[in-house]
Amino acid sequence: MPNTNKSEENILEINNLQTTFFTEESEVKAVDGVSFTIPKGKTVGVVGESGSGKSITSLSILRLVDKPGKIVGGEIKFKGENLLDKSETEMRKIRGKEISMIFQEPMTSLNPTYTVGQQINEAFKIHEGLGKTSARKRSLEMLKLVGIPSPEKRIDQYPHELSGGMRQRVMIAIALACNPELLIADEPTTALDVTIQAQILELIKDLQQKLHMSVLLITHDLGVVAETCDYVAVMYCGKIVEFADVKSIFNNPQHPYTVGLLSSLPPHDRDIEGDLPVIPGAVPSPDELPVGCRFAPRCAHASDICNTLPNLVTNENGNQVRCWIYSDKWDGNPEVEVNAERTT
Amino acid sequence: MSEPAIQQPATTPPQPKKPSNLWMENFKNFYKKLRKNKAAMIGGFLILFFIIVAILGPFLTPHDPDTPDVVNKLQPPSAEHWFGTDHHGRDIFTRIIHGMSITLYVGFFSVILGATFGVLIGIVSGYYGGRTDSFLMRCMDVLLAFPGILLALAIVSVLGGSLRNVIIAVAIFSIPVFARIVRGSTLAVKKLEYVDAIKALGASDIRIIFKHILPNVTSPLIVQATLSIATAVLTAAGLSFLGLGAKPPTPEWGAMLSEGRNYLYSAPHVAFFPGIAIVLVVLAFNILGDGLRDALDPKMKK
Repeated sequence: MPNTNKSEENILEINNLQTTFFTEESEVKAVDGVSFTIPKGKTVGVVGESGSGKSITSLSILRLVDKPGKIVGGEIKFKGENLLDKSETEMRKIRGKEISMIFQEPMTSLNPTYTVGQQINEAFKIHEGLGKTSARKRSLEMLKLVGIPSPEKRIDQYPHELSGGMRQRVMIAIALACNPELLIADEPTTALDVTIQAQILELIKDLQQKLHMSVLLITHDLGVVAETCDYVAVMYCGKIVEFADVKSIFNNPQHPYTVGLLSSLPPHDRDIEGDLPVIPGAVPSPDELPVGCRFAPRCAHASDICNTLPNLVTNENGNQVRCWIYSDKWDGNPEVEVNAERTT
Repeated sequence: MSEPAIQQPATTPPQPKKPSNLWMENFKNFYKKLRKNKAAMIGGFLILFFIIVAILGPFLTPHDPDTPDVVNKLQPPSAEHWFGTDHHGRDIFTRIIHGMSITLYVGFFSVILGATFGVLIGIVSGYYGGRTDSFLMRCMDVLLAFPGILLALAIVSVLGGSLRNVIIAVAIFSIPVFARIVRGSTLAVKKLEYVDAIKALGASDIRIIFKHILPNVTSPLIVQATLSIATAVLTAAGLSFLGLGAKPPTPEWGAMLSEGRNYLYSAPHVAFFPGIAIVLVVLAFNILGDGLRDALDPKMKK
């Protein structure tokens, strides 16, 4: 655990979470020993490529992993209580009331057969047992809160009558209806236009301040991370390879994968000549993971020791990194400069 | 010429659009598509006509359906007896009108009963999956393994012949068809993101199933129900024909057909008219069902 967090109260602590998908031939460890914490009132971003296990991590927190997936180990402590010990009924009371989630696709995340108002009402009906009139009043307030113009008209409209950004606002209104303490946003802006993306992120940030909640933001967009997050967890093949505060990640990335991700972003301050740098190779298929460090086959600095799996080690800044380069056992080039290619 | 020009602005002020209703809008769209299908429209209106006949007809017929009039037995169609009389001298036209409500009653109720259980089984099976699904679907496979009429025959023989038992028998054999269709649609709807979203909101399974999945699987259900009514009518008539359904004085068409069988050569009209009535009702439901399928099929939008 980063010691920067120790002084603060953590709303969520994930320890060694393991979620595995069982198929007839194989077991796929989608989330393999993930640990991180979300401090109260802060935003933690989880970045990674498709298939790195970031969405499964978020679904695991709400215990919504569908078969054949199963949480096989670890603990998820929400306000000190392990969610994995809760019964299904207890979990239902937590979902939507204490931990809410918004999804990637605002186009399909709303039920086409009900009006916007009816869908926000669902939250009040499920958790607070409100009647029609009072639920409607609260729904109107929520629509106002998420900045939907003329909410009195919108409340009776169906999802297909709204634009993508508007629908994502409605999703947020539903998620925040019961004033949750933790909001999980699974790529909330991926399906939206760039301008709308900025608005939605701004809205989430705004509401976070207003409602004092913590946010877990799942994304593959480092720009979104820079804008909104306090801490960042970088995931690769089901494992966290680096966990640090947002400044450290961008100014002084430690793990070669993080460095690779950052250097493949187009720089905003100068034109690039030729191609953007890329990380060579591809994400290994989840049933043929390397034995050692999962990034080793694609890593420019890989050495013999990388055939054993490094641990997530906390450094003097309180940040965590899973790489042999920073350990005493490092047997590669002692002068290795992970950040070298970025500083040029 | 000038008159309509003056009236126009008065009748079309730019009204603020009323909060539109998806159901109404969908229904309008659907009706537009259905109207293009002439056969389906004819089927639909025939069924409407049949329903009206079933409700009002019995009050308007000139004869009593059950009182024998042996003097006038086996009369061919005439102005007095439009469809002729049967071997007891009863007016066939009157009996067919009275039989209409029995036929529709059997058709609708057996399908409603069968669909209710079928939908429940299908939706539970599709939603929960796994062993529940395997068990329920194997049960349905067992039911499907029997030819429909044979299964109904067996059930009625066990329960005893009566109209109520015919309804139960027809309902039972239509259960697996509904269960399969609903299971398939549920599997598709279950994968949609909004089901995840409502789960993440803390909704219980029952709420998800009935409030969020059921309304989205109704289209194939309506089509199947319409087609099933045709089958139900046919099977019920078949069972009565075999003497396992409605008992003799009841003006049930299958039973009338069976009675007319003995006079096929001397008085063919006794069997002909009930037969035609059955054909018309079955045909009407079938073409309406086909038309509904086309109109509700999203792939046929253009």
